[in-house]
Formats: sequence, structure tokens, C-alpha cells
Amino acid sequence: MLKRLRESKSAQGTLLIIPTLIFMVGMLIIPLLLTTVVSFGHPNSNGGVNYAFSLDNYIRLFGYSTDCPNGQSACFNSLYAEILWRSLLLGLYTTVLDILLAYPLAYFIARVHSKWRNTFLFLVLVPMWTNFVIRVYAWMMILRQQGVINSLLGWFASLVHVPFSPLGMLYTSGAVLVGMVYEFLPFMILPIYTSLEKIDNPLYEAAADLGASPFRTFLRVTLPLSMPGVVAGTILVFIPVMGTFIVSDLLGGAQVILVGNLIQRQFLDARDPTFGSAASLVLMVLTLIVTYFYTRKFGFSEEIIAV
Amino acid sequence: MNPYRRSPLIIAATALTLFFLYAPIIVLIVFSFNASRISPLFTGVITKFGPFLLVNGNVVQSPCGPFHWFCELSKNTEVLNAARNTLIVASVSTILSTIIGTMAALALQRYNFRLRTFSQVSLYIPIVIPEIVMGIGILVLFSQLFTFINDSLKLTGDSQLTFGLGTVILAHISFMIPFVTLVVQARLQGLDKSFEEAAMDLGANEWITFQRVTFPMILPGVLSGALLAFTLSIDDFIITFFTNGPGSTTLPIYVFGLLRRVITPQLNALSTVWIVIVLIVVFMIQRMESRKV
Repeated sequence: MLKRLRESKSAQGTLLIIPTLIFMVGMLIIPLLLTTVVSFGHPNSNGGVNYAFSLDNYIRLFGYSTDCPNGQSACFNSLYAEILWRSLLLGLYTTVLDILLAYPLAYFIARVHSKWRNTFLFLVLVPMWTNFVIRVYAWMMILRQQGVINSLLGWFASLVHVPFSPLGMLYTSGAVLVGMVYEFLPFMILPIYTSLEKIDNPLYEAAADLGASPFRTFLRVTLPLSMPGVVAGTILVFIPVMGTFIVSDLLGGAQVILVGNLIQRQFLDARDPTFGSAASLVLMVLTLIVTYFYTRKFGFSEEIIAV
Repeated sequence: MNPYRRSPLIIAATALTLFFLYAPIIVLIVFSFNASRISPLFTGVITKFGPFLLVNGNVVQSPCGPFHWFCELSKNTEVLNAARNTLIVASVSTILSTIIGTMAALALQRYNFRLRTFSQVSLYIPIVIPEIVMGIGILVLFSQLFTFINDSLKLTGDSQLTFGLGTVILAHISFMIPFVTLVVQARLQGLDKSFEEAAMDLGANEWITFQRVTFPMILPGVLSGALLAFTLSIDDFIITFFTNGPGSTTLPIYVFGLLRRVITPQLNALSTVWIVIVLIVVFMIQRMESRKV
């Protein structure tokens, strides 16, 4: 037995992968299958599951409702479809804003004298490693009624003798967007930086020698070569934004409900794990579809582990 | 020379982004020294002169001076428990996931076996699905499993299986393995196989080759994988949120729960401590890396 193991490369490989497979199958694949099974069931009165095969939860998620205003037996309720659409849009806006903010900074770090490069990377890593929830708290302090921005504006208004009433910035969709953009910005900077740093200086010189304007060089040389970083950053930002519920919970209050909040509430408050499971699977399929088409168009690369 | 290098536009955009990144962090730190209990008052008394504290409009002395909120924090047993839980979960799951992930990276990079493609694909899943989906899956798995076991074995009271540190650690290990594996795999990919082949030619068996040749060469990759796993674990909110139970609250979960009820400068003190630790750790890692090169 031991001798066979010593001689067989395939047996050794299998032995090395077994613990990983146990975890991946037991804690990922089986749970996903179980979630699917649960999503077809009905909730029972004590928050458990009555197993069945019904598509009720999915039909409800896409707008079928039996709780209608004017006595109809069924009608269209766009509540959940709106939540899905809102999450998708927020994911899109956050990603685009993060690319716009991250690109110049990543470009700057990649081109700065190597003596200073580590200092700037340090400046990017510190906010990233500061806890996620704590960073949301920082924005609560900045945006709320008696927060930093309102205090500063009030102080300024009193200097120039203008009446001032505090702005209601917290618990708006704008606050959620700012929070999301802030939370995931470092995950966009690092992959873009990694791909920009790989571009050789002579390439820029060649472009300049051949008469390309700086703008043209950027468009024809820099941008195409940094696309792997942008793609990796997009995946690292878009996917988590779609599933995060802390930012919307703390900065959006009850005003901004995303898929993440919907799922979390089904499990913790509404005690309907079957509907929550269905929503969770729809979220997964939605992100997989978007990621699939996006990576098929632009490719998938190693920059994803730059972080 | 690159024509964009000193473009004022790039410099301005960089400065703006850095301001955006740091303004919240500076706010957190500044207010951890604020004298007012209702912390947001920017015009309020900030402990400019040290040991004064404003309580109900009266100026009183604090034994800790400007570090008043840090003292309060150090007496908060809930925070200390949460910090202890966070460290237990992070250390245990980092050690286990690093070992398991490194084994998987070796298998995928150096061996051929039947489930190779399946294993590689399954390792990408946690990266391309939202964390909440995995968290919900594990929650559903454990709750169904626990109900089944408790019912069929007629367990009652304390002997019942419930959510706790065990479930959190298992969940953390499973989402950290893919990250460790990918990092170590990337390192193995860049390695010249001929060193290992030379060792084998000279008569070393697989284990000796691994011990003396492969492992020392992939060690930096293993360490950065472990570091990544550790930070992911300490920072994790979503998966912990769905797998923790009574007595296994970690710091992020504790902070979130607190934020929904009340806002206190103690939280700023906690943030400041956290940021200072991050500063030191990131600084040390960069020093280590620059020495390596």
C-alpha cells in the first residue's frame, strides 16, 4: 500500500487534494445544493422548512403577488424586482466611479520614482486593512445630522452670517453610493497598479518618438495594456457590492434596500429561509451572468490575486 | 521619459483620491480624543489641554487624560471578549487553511490526478460568487444538520449542537482555502522545476525534496497566503454574521451590533487602536519585503 503510494504520482496528488475537496464539497457545493432544495420549499410556523417542490418563491421574487390592493386574487408587485434592479445599478455605478478614482492614483504610483512607490502603496493598504465596519462608521460620523460636514458648514455659515439648517445626508441612496465607492476603492487601485507597473518605460518612449501625443499614447498603449487590471478590479468590486448589506443597512437605513438586506431579513427577521434561499440563488445567478459576459469580452487574468 | 509623469491633472486627481481615502480615517482618530460624549460636535470641546472631560455640561477630570475613551474601552468586557474570539478564529483558521491550501496548490501544480479540473474550478467559485451566498449556504447546511442531529439523538439543553466558535472557524477555513491555494500556486508556477528534478536525480525522495528544496522556495508564497488568510478572517463580516452564535461574537459583528443601537467615542478609540495596529503591521510587511529583494 505504502509502496504503491510512493510510486504513484496520481495517488499522491489525490491525497494532497483530499482535505481541500472535503471543504469545497462539504462547505460550498453541498450548501449550494441544499440552498436550492430549500428554495423550492415552504416555510413552516417556527422558521423551519417544509420540503416540497414549488416555484412559489421564485414567482414571488419576480413580481407575482396575492396581496393585492383592490381585491384581485393576483397582481404584479414590482417590489423585489426593484430591489434586484437597484442592487445591479448600484454595483454598476460603484464600479465605474471606483475605476475613475482608482485609475489616476494607480497610474501615479506606477510612474512615481521607485524610492516613493512603497510609501504610496502603504497609503493604499492602510485604509484597505482597516476594518470594513469601522470604515462605514467613519462615514456615519461624517454624514449625519450633527456630523463633520454639517458642523463644518454650520461653522462656515456662522462666519459669514448666513442661516444654516443641517443637510440630511445620512440615510439616502447617495450615502450608500459614497460608502460603497469608499469601501471597495483599494480593491480597484491594486490590480490596476499591478498591470500598469508591468508596462515598460521604453514602450512610452517609443510611442513618443513615433510622434504620438500623450493622449494618444494613453489611449493606444497604456489603456489597452492595463485592461487586465481594470477587469480584475471590476470583479473584485462588483461582486461584493452586489452582496453587501452592512453599508446599505447603516448608511441607507430603511430607505435603501438591496438584495443583501432582503436575504438577511428573510433569515433573521421574517423567518422565511425558503424565500431567502431563492433570493440568494437569484443573486448568485445574476452576478455569474454579468461576470461571465464581462470576462468573456475582456478576458480573465491573474491580477485578481494582486490584492 | 513618460510624457504623463508630471501632468498636473494626474497629480491633482491623485491628491483628491488620497484625501477621499484618508479623511474618514482622520475623523475616526480625531474624535477618539474628543471630550464630548455626544461625539459629533466639531465645535465642541476637544481635549486640547489634556485631562478635561465634559459630562452633563460640567468639566471633570479623567484619570486617563486625553486617553479617556481608551481607558473606558479597556474596561469593556464585551469588546475584550470579541477581540479574543476574533484572534482565536483568525489564528486557528489561518493555520489550518494555510496547510490545506498549500497541499492543494502542490497537488494542482505538480501532480496529475482524476479530479484536477473539478478541484481547480471549485476553488474559483468562492471568488466569483457574492460572500453572502456562501454564508447563507453554510447557515442553511448547519441549521438543517443541527436540527436533524438534535432531533434524532434527542439532545437537549447544553448538549445540543448550536452555532458557535466551531461553526465560525469551519466557515472561515472554507472561504480562506481558495485564496491561500491561488497565492501559493502563483508562486509555484514561477518556480523552476529543475531544482526539484536535480534533488530527485541525486537520490532524494519526494518528502526530502519537498522539505529541503520545494518548501524553502515557496515559503514566501506560503507566508503571504497565510497573511492574506489572516487579514481576511479578522476583517470578515458577512460569513461570520451568518455562522456565529451566542458567545462567539467577533469584533466586526460586535461593532455592527453596537452601531445599530448607539454611537459612542469608545468606538473611535477602538478604531484608532485598530488603525495603529494596521499601520505597524503594513509597515513591517513592507520592510520585510524590501529586505527580501
